[in-house]
Amino acid sequence: MKAHHPKPIPPKAWAGLALVAVALALLPFAAALVGQAWVRILNFAMIYTMLALGLNIVVGFAGLLDLGYIAFYAVGAYVYALLASPHFGIHLPFWAILPLGAGLACIFGVLLGAPTLKLRGDYLAIVTLGFGEIIRIFLNNLNAPVNISNGPQGINLIDPFRINDFSLARADTILGIQFSGPQKYYYVLLLVTIGVVIVNFRLQNSRLGRAWEAIREDEVAAKAMGINTRNIKLLAFAMGASFGGIAGAIFSATQQFVSPESFGLFESVIVLSMVVLGGMGNIPGVILGAIMLTMLPEVLRYTMEPLQMALFGRVLLDAETVRLLVFGIALVAIMLYRPAGLWPSAVRKRELETPKVVAE
Amino acid sequence: MKPLSLLTAKGVSKRFGGVHALADVSFTINHGEIYGLIGPNGAGKTSLFNVLTGIYVPDAGSFVFDGEPLDRVKPNDVAERGIARTFQNIRLFQNLSALENVMIGRHVRTKAGVFGAMFRDKSTLAEEAAIEKRAYELLGYVGVAKRANDLARHLAYGDQRRLEIARALATEPKLLALDEPAAGMNATETQGLKRLLEDIRRDGITILLIEHDMKLVMSVCDRVLVLDYGRKIAEGSAAEVQNDPKVIAAYLGGEVSLDLKG
Repeated sequence: MKAHHPKPIPPKAWAGLALVAVALALLPFAAALVGQAWVRILNFAMIYTMLALGLNIVVGFAGLLDLGYIAFYAVGAYVYALLASPHFGIHLPFWAILPLGAGLACIFGVLLGAPTLKLRGDYLAIVTLGFGEIIRIFLNNLNAPVNISNGPQGINLIDPFRINDFSLARADTILGIQFSGPQKYYYVLLLVTIGVVIVNFRLQNSRLGRAWEAIREDEVAAKAMGINTRNIKLLAFAMGASFGGIAGAIFSATQQFVSPESFGLFESVIVLSMVVLGGMGNIPGVILGAIMLTMLPEVLRYTMEPLQMALFGRVLLDAETVRLLVFGIALVAIMLYRPAGLWPSAVRKRELETPKVVAE
Repeated sequence: MKPLSLLTAKGVSKRFGGVHALADVSFTINHGEIYGLIGPNGAGKTSLFNVLTGIYVPDAGSFVFDGEPLDRVKPNDVAERGIARTFQNIRLFQNLSALENVMIGRHVRTKAGVFGAMFRDKSTLAEEAAIEKRAYELLGYVGVAKRANDLARHLAYGDQRRLEIARALATEPKLLALDEPAAGMNATETQGLKRLLEDIRRDGITILLIEHDMKLVMSVCDRVLVLDYGRKIAEGSAAEVQNDPKVIAAYLGGEVSLDLKG
């Protein structure tokens, strides 16, 4: 993220970009060689990338500690679930619901942001934590007297992404190549994720991105420089929440099932860990954090039990327990040795075409 | 016709519990002058800055700035109206580059929103380029252009003070309020600062200067206001003020001649 000036891109960079593009295009087929489950894991990695990037706007850019971020993911997921399932008998197309989900999550973002404007640090964290739980508990209990959310059973048989007869949930042969459902979703997710990444880079390197960072660095000085901190903070909550909403809607469509238990506090903590572990405020770092923390439990699931079988002849600790153990140790180690994250942000260098010094 | 006075304060008071940080302070700053604000530690100089820039709400009194009242205005609106300030204990955006610090100063005079940022239309790109160009110019103006891409916290102390001035200038102020800009500077740096202040005045920006370095105050200020225990005890030209017995008493606690060499 060094150059943001329209200067000619060297051919080497193009070659590199083309190579990355080919790798990303072939990745789901490589993963399918190991098993379709890994294609699903790739898809989850992208959903978490979007979530982490959204949270990064609030936590990384604007410096507002948000522990209830998963609520916006839930809002997006339930908007999609309610508007594209037999639950209400409504079946809107996904391209109509995605902006709705993002928009509603955005409104919830502002609703959460407004009362917390004067809070900072721990206090803000506690209020946002409460907000996240409120949304989850609402979803859990909104099945009586009028059944809106279907309570703890969740909503089933959610429509997949589909255009006319072309459904992303089914296996299909396109141009003589066999695509499984998750593989088709992979490409859609890849496009959306790339879009989200580009928007995040652009936001960071804009007037608003700088205003967010100014608030993170020193709110009093930011105000003294004429930044309307109230509006700029609300904007951070709104933007972060809309990315959460988009991720939620896609999650709903890929899983075809949602229930409140997917949106607990632990999910918020995981997404926050992705941001902190990767490198708060640095977009490539956050992406790295999201991919690593999505892959870690899966890698452990496929290695820990066979490893224990080989070593001890029986499974002493199940993968889930090991996961939390490794996760905890990793977090402690990173906070000790790389407190700014695995890939912290560097100074953004800017080169003016002719950096001449002009005195007035 | 512009009125002669840029800022008028009338009977400004601020109490913290039983302490009168400011008691009935009135003064007028004219267009284009460097107006000094001095007084012993705890005299209420910084409190006056904070009341002026909207960080504190005064208990009584009012300000008129550039012909319009400036009461109960939020800090960001104060900046928009044309008062920019620096802080006694430097408050830069430490983990951003020097250039970005100044670019943030342009925030209030620019307007790109979310859609401009996302889609980078022509006007947004032009605005960004102009922000960056202006920020470079200002870094050159205060003399820290070479450090443009260094983190603010890696700059030398004197350069941080200058960077803070550049950031304040980026908001296009009519009045630049500087809170002890020479604090911690050596004699050479202070001389450089003096030249910078004179340049800023020449370019038509009025300066309100809190400073403990008497030599600087006396050589650069057109008029000086002296506060002691929140009250105005003297106002006038540098020469008038430094011979005022009340001022000497406030600084030295008695009838002793004031040594201005130090």
